[in-house]
Amino acid sequence: MREMAGLDEGTPLFAQLAGRLAEEIAAGGLAEGERVPSTNELAAYYRINPATAAKGINVLIDEGLLEKRRGIGMFVAAGARRLLLDERRRLFAERYVEPLVDEAARLGIGTDELAGLIRAASQARASHVEAGDIQASHVEEGITL
Amino acid sequence: MTPAISVTGLTRGYRGHIALDRVTFDIEPGSITGLLGRNGAGKTTLLRILAGQEFPSAGQVHVFGASPAENDQVLRRMVLIREDQVYPDIKVRHALAAASWCYPGWSAELASRLLADFALPPDRPVKKLSRGMRSALGIVIGLAARAELTLFDEPYAGLDAVARQTFYDALLADYAEHPRTILLSTHLIDEAAGLFERVIVIDRGRIVLAAAADDLRGVAMTVSGPVLAVDDFTAGHQVWERRQIASQASVVMVGPLDEDDWARARSLRLDLEPLTLQQLVVHAAAQPAPDMTDESVMERTSA
Repeated sequence: MREMAGLDEGTPLFAQLAGRLAEEIAAGGLAEGERVPSTNELAAYYRINPATAAKGINVLIDEGLLEKRRGIGMFVAAGARRLLLDERRRLFAERYVEPLVDEAARLGIGTDELAGLIRAASQARASHVEAGDIQASHVEEGITL
Repeated sequence: MTPAISVTGLTRGYRGHIALDRVTFDIEPGSITGLLGRNGAGKTTLLRILAGQEFPSAGQVHVFGASPAENDQVLRRMVLIREDQVYPDIKVRHALAAASWCYPGWSAELASRLLADFALPPDRPVKKLSRGMRSALGIVIGLAARAELTLFDEPYAGLDAVARQTFYDALLADYAEHPRTILLSTHLIDEAAGLFERVIVIDRGRIVLAAAADDLRGVAMTVSGPVLAVDDFTAGHQVWERRQIASQASVVMVGPLDEDDWARARSLRLDLEPLTLQQLVVHAAAQPAPDMTDESVMERTSA
């Protein structure tokens, strides 16, 4: 298959592109107020149709994450990162906790045991952060137990 | 807006053989459309008719609002590059010079850039070029013509994967700078899929699918797992293929699936794998009753 810089053929490309950019904004790689690559630049990089790239950009404009400045280009909107992190926090239980609890139930792992495992993993992570193996930046804004 | 191409009920028959059977579609100006299908499906006949090189047995063909047949006003606004394009016995640079006189939008600058990209020797006689180099020359002409309607009919015979990538990248880059209507026929769907805004799939002379390319991604999927769970999950959906071994089944079904469906698949421990555009085209072409036109796909994707 043709290389599309990590995009896959199984879901709409515009949605994947929007997801990538949102991820980049949430991670701080694209700072608020920073210019976002143009539709044509994105199309060339991902090797996709410019109309598809434009559709992905429009999703982020509609969500208030990007803003168009006429004649200059597209920029990350103020508060975009906060919006994204709030959204992730809202989906955290559904995306991570529910599947975790499901699988634990299948394996006969009780709630207390599960809580113990989470605590242990959390402590291990803290020591990695201390040792500098993991970036600490996400911890401050993330969810702490 | 007048469509760049408007085809209604186009039929083309040869002695005892129907190459195109009541083909109907429109193409909006300024888009890249993939014309997909197996060898012998009717792609070349369709492109030749659009370019006025062959004539319909029945039906209407309009390019820029007029019939292309023997119509210079229309024909000078388009370029058709064929597989194994034939050239007179001249040097590469003479072929480019001749092309520059034919196409009003010709870009000499783009032509020389592409010549370098494809490492084509300008002073070599076309007859002495390899098959791949001749294809590359066709691509250079097709792109540098910057024709309002650019038709490519499997233009890469003998081109290796690297050179094809050069073609796709050059096409996208120049299209981004100079938007125009491009129709590219190919059976190498996987590698070209990302280029297309729309796709038209043709099989045995008939259109079996016409839709926005991105609407098709994820619209169908393979569901695998225990037979009972698979059948339960796929009930009520259109099934394109069903295979079974012992207590395991694998079914290709047409979606769309919502969040609840995905959650249900997880809880049934089913494996869901979306079809790529290429796989989807293969299945669409294999269906007995073609019903994958815009409206029916739209119903599925927006339901």
